[in-house]
Formats: sequence, structure tokens, C-alpha cells
Amino acid sequence: MAKMSERRYSEITGRAVLYGILIIVAAYYLVPLLIMIMTSFRSMDEIRMGQLIELPRSFTLDAWHQAWNQVQIGARDELGLRPYFINSIKMVIPAVAISTILGALNGYVLSFWKFRGSELFFAALLLGCFLPFQAILLPQSQLLGWLGLTGSISGLVLTHVVYGVSFTTLFFRNYYVNLPGELIKAAKLDGAGFWMIFFRIILPLSSPILVVTVIWQFTQIWNDFLFGVVFSDPSSQPVTVGLNNMVNSTTGETRYNVDMAGAIIAALPTILVYVLAGKYFVRGLTAGSVKG
Amino acid sequence: MFKKTLMAIAMSGTMVATSVQAGEVEVLHWWTSGGEARSIAVLKQMVEDAGHTWKDFAVAGGGGENAYTVLRSRAVSGNPPASAQIKGLEIQEWGDLGFLASLGQVAERNNWDDVLPAVVSDVMKHRGEYVAAPVNVHRVNWMWANPAVFENAGVSIPTTLEELWTAADQLQAAGVTPIAHGGQPWQDATTFESIVLAVGGADFFNDVFVEHNASALESDTMIQAFREFRKVKDYIDRGAPGRDWNVATSMVIRGEAAMQFMGDWAKGEFTAANMQPGSDYVCMAFPGTEGEFTFNIDSLAMFKQRTAANSEAQLKMAELVLSPEFQETFNLNKGSIPARTDMDMSKFDSCALASMDTFIATAESGQGLVPSMAHGMSTTSTVQGAIYDTVTEFFNSNMSAEDATTRLARAIRAAQ
Amino acid sequence: MSVTNRKGLDYWLPKLVLSPTIAITVIFIYGFVIWTAVLSFTRSRILPQYEFVGFEQYVRLFANDRWLGAMSNLLIFGVLFIAICLIVGLVLAILLDQNIRAEGALRTIYLYPMALSFIVTGTVWKWLLNPTVGIERFMISLGWESFVFDWIVNPQMAIYTIVIAGVWQASGFVMAIFLAGLRGIDTSIIKAAQLDGASLFSVYTRIIIPSMRPVFFSAFIMLAHIAIKSFDLIIALTGGGPGNSTDVPAIFMYQFSFQRGQLGMGAASAIVMLMTVLAILVPYLYSELRTPKNG
Repeated sequence: MAKMSERRYSEITGRAVLYGILIIVAAYYLVPLLIMIMTSFRSMDEIRMGQLIELPRSFTLDAWHQAWNQVQIGARDELGLRPYFINSIKMVIPAVAISTILGALNGYVLSFWKFRGSELFFAALLLGCFLPFQAILLPQSQLLGWLGLTGSISGLVLTHVVYGVSFTTLFFRNYYVNLPGELIKAAKLDGAGFWMIFFRIILPLSSPILVVTVIWQFTQIWNDFLFGVVFSDPSSQPVTVGLNNMVNSTTGETRYNVDMAGAIIAALPTILVYVLAGKYFVRGLTAGSVKG
Repeated sequence: MFKKTLMAIAMSGTMVATSVQAGEVEVLHWWTSGGEARSIAVLKQMVEDAGHTWKDFAVAGGGGENAYTVLRSRAVSGNPPASAQIKGLEIQEWGDLGFLASLGQVAERNNWDDVLPAVVSDVMKHRGEYVAAPVNVHRVNWMWANPAVFENAGVSIPTTLEELWTAADQLQAAGVTPIAHGGQPWQDATTFESIVLAVGGADFFNDVFVEHNASALESDTMIQAFREFRKVKDYIDRGAPGRDWNVATSMVIRGEAAMQFMGDWAKGEFTAANMQPGSDYVCMAFPGTEGEFTFNIDSLAMFKQRTAANSEAQLKMAELVLSPEFQETFNLNKGSIPARTDMDMSKFDSCALASMDTFIATAESGQGLVPSMAHGMSTTSTVQGAIYDTVTEFFNSNMSAEDATTRLARAIRAAQ
Repeated sequence: MSVTNRKGLDYWLPKLVLSPTIAITVIFIYGFVIWTAVLSFTRSRILPQYEFVGFEQYVRLFANDRWLGAMSNLLIFGVLFIAICLIVGLVLAILLDQNIRAEGALRTIYLYPMALSFIVTGTVWKWLLNPTVGIERFMISLGWESFVFDWIVNPQMAIYTIVIAGVWQASGFVMAIFLAGLRGIDTSIIKAAQLDGASLFSVYTRIIIPSMRPVFFSAFIMLAHIAIKSFDLIIALTGGGPGNSTDVPAIFMYQFSFQRGQLGMGAASAIVMLMTVLAILVPYLYSELRTPKNG
């Protein structure tokens, strides 16, 4: 009896320590965000005359309105980040969808339908993960010019798919490799074909890696600045370019409150994806679902 | 009506001029926020009033680094924009590659040669033909001081380098940061070039930053300039590295620091803080450079277009850029002075007026007007980059002034 | 559909499915690398031109004071960044996998830095790390007068501040990868081991972590990618300074190719960097892909 309660006691302290650690780490992650939120509620006069990091003495949502649809960025007709934001959405959805689907299929082939040279191809594909993107800007511009896609959202989608597929393939392949091969062997013996195995067996087991891949691709594409700035034109500039235009003026005055509000607005879709996708972070394989 | 059009065609030769044919100008620039954005919006309005369409291609970042990348990408893909904010010798490089359109007719019709001082028009011409239109002239060798801080410390505002160091010592003793500085390469270079001008004078400045004359580069004067530049480090605060220039300006505004060395765009920050020039803040030439003028000219270069309508819109825009109306509004917003010297300056403040006086005086005498190295007016971006690297490395290390001089000379040679 | 027909289809289908990616690899990866290599042997300045000058650009590259500094900074940053992210990510994933009540909220908190663009977040980090504005000032105001934290203004230490901000941004995603990996593991193995009397700790070190080798591999490649391309992070935080003390090849390449009119040298730097990265990574890739799968 005493032993039992002792064990329970140590279990409770264990849990407390566990939560303690998780919460302290969470604080480290949250500090910059809190400073951003605080700054976005302050007025520029207050920031200029006070300290950069300080609790707000007044509270105004003005900066948020400014950033969303009031601030003049360059000489555009439409104000604020809104038009850029819409461009980003038009770009990110097809780009994430196409690259993820390609990656899942590639990973499937490379794990369960190996053929002579497929391993070598996978290794060769990985070079794409280490390419310094600065080096491919000009040939890509030339190619987009030939295809008539200069400055278009389709051109951006193409670019993101092309340079994202190395990663999506890697993620899926390395996840599938860990799935028990017997599963597929049995299905093949039962006469199931390529697509049937993929849709009936593999895809239902893929939710965790699908989530990871979507998170990665969404984040990479939504937050990308380099491709976004180089391959866009005024009608297709994504939100990172808008944000940069708002924030990075050389000789204009800087409004930190609007900058911070803008940065948070620009991050909202990605955070939303994290929250929604998080629901599918469940066990793909549960005990008993596979018969060894 | 028909006759008029015919005449216009006859007069303008190959081009379908004057009778408005609506075209589109795509303008690549990095004037994206605050006063800058308001300024460029004025030009847009004028272009649209003239019946053309404006496609606003804004790409901010540093001194236009990102915009330059975009421009190269567009040139490679075969679709350069109608106009791009490029300046200094960069204009010559694009001209050499055959990308730029001639503005000869517009320039002639509007007497650009008469209204622009030669230093300005030289920058705008490629092989004798106008290919770019200037929007403004910035003076870089300014010092912005908070007079209340000087008064409290019982120090007068310095006008020579010697006085500067004495004043700085006294200010430091009084417990304020003497110099508000942002430790970024371009800001280091901005301060450094003012010191070179103060130590060596305008001719020496030209020998070093324009001609890259070997004897000047390795002279004792250069070593002296590096020594003086090192002294700045004693009078800035620990937080300086990486600081944005406007944060440094806030230090002067709040009275935490006594002065800042920065071009005339700093005025916008003082204005935004409701401070009046002359009483709340003072603009003076960088100590020891009174009567001298380091210029930085922003300009819009014009790229060859595929359709006649777009070319026409482009020419119209070039004409509007130099119109007194635009020059006035733009420069009132931006803190700089108009590129034309024949303008009514009654709406400008005392700092701008002082700037204009020095500009006209130096342009006429030919003495003391120098192109800014730090802002890409004196040399190619390649050489400028090499100077930046050495200057900022010197300022942030214990390199001796002698070593710095040798390294600078070597770096410039390697980059040429 | 006859049996033989289906067999034929199953033979061709995998190759057909892979073919778009093969085309992408050939054109956009290898084609462009070759193009860059060609450019590195030319005199190209602001735009590509094909006047060949041999190895001159490489000679100039290695004569440049900044280049070697940039390479060694990447090495320091890369090693620390990857190692710390892997450790932090793995530990957080394991802790979160213990039936934590607020898992969803905590996971989002760890992940969100990844969502913020460094264009603005860099400003906040710059404030936090700046001795006259951020943490140092805060600690002094709390009464710890002698507290010093001025790495960002110290040329010897500035590179480590980049690691701090980089880890903050990327470790949450590593946590997510590991968490997905943990959830992909067949729990029956774990149950069996526990029934055999293995402690939770040894279940992790003996069974779970070794079986996650492919996941480590994914995380490593992703982190290496971030380290190599880290550009926004450094530009926003230090701009490569103080001096050139936090310069990295990505900044070097971008500046020389696009701002300083030395495209040829920029291409040479890209090739040198790619070769260096491959020289370090290929042995790892080889050992990883050669071994039969674990788990």
C-alpha cells in the first residue's frame, strides 16, 4: 500500500516536471511573439519617445487596420497587405497540393515499387535539397520567359513545385520505408494493383507524414521571399514581398507598430494550417492494425 | 483633328507623339513607404492624368538590392520594365548592354541641358544621350544635432573635425552618447566618406573614390582619414552595430545622443516627431565639410519598349519627372532638393534651402561638389562593394589604419 | 483486364508516375547547375555573357577576404544549428508524446515561429539581443547590474546569436517531424517490449529512436537545407555584421551576383559551395541509402 502511494507520488512529480519543462520551453518560443503583439498596439509617438521594448501605455488597433488595408505601399491603387495576401493564397494552394501529391506518389514508388536505378534516382533527386536558390534565379527567369510565364502566379507555382518536390519525395519515402513491407506483399499476392494499394492501404496510413509535408510546403511557399520577389510582377507579388515593401524602406520613416501587425497578419494562414493540421497528428499504425 | 495628327506624325518622325495614344509604364522602384510612397504616388497621378496607365512595380530592400535582382531577372527573361530606379554608374552599364531608350527629344523639347547642372546631366546621359531622368538631389554630408543636448553640456556645435572630437569628449563627460550611429556597412561608409572629404578635401575625395588614383589611395592622407574614422568608435554606444539609421535618429530626437551623421532623408524622422529645423534640431554640414556637397541623385532610367504606345507613355513620364510641379512635391516629401536649379524654393525649409545654396554654389564654381561613394554615385557597384567590405571590416576590428589603407587599395584594384 | 496486362501495367506505371519528377530533376536541378558551372568560367558581370576566362573567377573568389570567412561561418552555424535543432526537436517530440493534455496548444506554440517571416521577426530578435534595448537592459532593470549579454555586437560571438534565432525558428518543425515519426511506429512492438519488463527509457533508446533513422535523415536534410539557404535570417538579424563577422555564402553569392555586378564570381561561389556541401554530405547519404531499412 505504502509502495503504491509512493509510486503514484513519483508519477505525479514526474508529470509535474514534464509539464514544467514543456511550459518553460513554450515561454522561450512565445517571447518574440508577445513583443510583436505589444508593439502592434502601441502608437508610433509612444515608440519613438519611449523604449523599443515596453508595455503599451495606450491601446490602439490602428496599426492592424493600417497594415491590412490602409497603408500606402509604393504607388499602388489598392492599399495595405490585402492584395498581396490574396496573391499568396492563389499561389500557395495549387503549389502545395501539386507538390504534395507528386511527393506522395514518388515516395510510394521509391519504397514499394523499386526498379533498377530507382535508388540512384532518389539520391540524385536529393541534390535539389542543397541547391543554393540564389544560383538558379537567372536560368529560371529565362525558362519562365520562354514559357511565357514571366511574372505570373502560374510561374511561381511551377517554381515552387519544382523546387519543393525533392523535399516532399524525401519525406514520404522515408516515412513509407518504415511501414512494414509485409503489408504490401500480402496485398500484391491478393492481386491488388498499383493504385488500389496506394489508395486503400498506403494513403490511410499516411496522415502524420501528410500533415508534416503540408506544413513544410505551406510554410516554405507562403514564407518564401526570394522566388516571390524575383518571379512576380505587380499583379502577382505575394505577401512576403508586400511585407518587405512595407517594412524595408531605405529612406522613408519606419512604423514598427504597423510592421509588427503586418507580420502577424501575414503569418495567420500558416498558423491556421498548423492548428488544423495538428488534428491529424494521430497514430497511423495502432497496435493490432497490422498482423505480422 | 486629322491635320493635327498628321502634323504630329510628321514632326516626331518615327514616333507617334503628342496626340495621346494610351500606353502603359511599368515602373520598378523601391520607394515603398511613408514620404517616399507619397512622393511616387504624385508621379503616378500625373502620368494617369496624361492618359496613360501606371503599373506600380515596388520592390523594397536595402539600397535597392532586391529591385536590382528583379531587374536582371526581367532583362534575362526578355521583358524589362519601362522604367527602373537605377542610378550612378549602373546607368552606364545598362546603356552599354543596349537596354536603354533615348530621351533625346523630350530633353531637347524641355531644355534639360539648361535646367540641369552638368554634374546631374552627366550622370543621366549615356554616350551623350539622355537615358534617365533625375528625380532629386540628396546631400549626404549632413550632421543632425540636438541643440538642447549641446546646451545642457555647455558645448557648442562643432564645425571642424578637431572641434568635433573636443565636443565629443565634453558630451561624453556630461553623460550623453555623443554620436548616434548605426553600424551597418552603408552607414559606416557614409560616415567614412564624409571624414575623407573633411580630411583630404574635394580633390582628394575625387582622386580616391572616382579616379582610384594609386598614389592617393596609398597616401598618408588616407591613413589619416582612417585614423579619424576610428575615433568615431570611441563616441558611439555599445548598441550601435546593426542598428537601423532611423533608430539612431530617434536617439538624437529623444536627447540620448547629441548628433548623427546622415543624409538629408533623416529630416523625415524629425518632421514626423513634430520638430522644427533651427530650433528643435539643427542641420549642419559634417564638421570640416562646410561649403562642400556630397551628392546622391535618384533617377529613373528608361528601358527600350516593344510597343510605340508604351514608348510614348514612357517619354511622357520622363517629361513629367522633370516638371517643376513634380520636383517640388516629391522633394518636399523626401527631404531632398530638386534636380533643377531654376525652381521656386519658397515652400522648402531652411535645411533644404541651405542645401540648395551650397549645391548651386559648388556646381557653378566646380569646387567642392563630389559624388557620394557610399550611395553609388562615384564608382561601379563592384568597386563600391569592395570599399564597403574594407571600411566596415576596419571599423569593427582592430585593424591598423596603415593596414586598412593597403587593403583598401588592393581591394579596389582587384574589383576594377 | 487480364492478369498479364495488369502485370505490364504494374511494371510501367511506377516509372510513368516518377517521370515528371525525373524531368524536373534533369532540367531544373542538373541542367541549371551545369548552366551555373558554365557561367563560372565566363567574364559575366551584370548579365550572363559567354566570354570564357578559365579559372579566373575562382582565383578572384579565393583572393576575396570575405569568402573564406563566409564558408567557415556557415560551418559553425550549420553544425550548431543542426545539432541543437535535432536534440531540442527530438526531446520535445518525446515529451509531447506522453499523453500530454494540451498537446495541440503546445505543438502550435512550438511550431509557430516557423510561420513568421524573418523580414519582421528579425527586427524583434535584433531588439531582444541588442544590449541597450533587450535582454541585457531588462536584466539590469531587474537589479542584476553586472549582467552582460552583448553577443550580437561582438564580432567574435555574433554568429552564435544567429544560431539562437535559427533554433527558435526551426526546432518546432523538427519536433513535428519526429512526432509524426513516433506516431508512425507500430505500437505493438512497444507494448511487447514493455510487457517484457523494459523501462520506458530503454524502450526509447533501444527500440524507438533507432527505428527512426529515416526520420532523422529527413530532418537532417531539411535542416541542412535551411542552414545553407539561411539568408533572410542573417540579413534581418545582423546584415552580415558587425563588420563581416556573420557573412555566409548565401549572402555573398546574392550580393556579388546581383548587386555588385560580378555574376561570374557569384556563379563560382555557388559551385564551390555546392561542391563543399556535397563533399560533406555524400558519404552520409551513401551510408544512409545503402543500408537496408531499419525498424
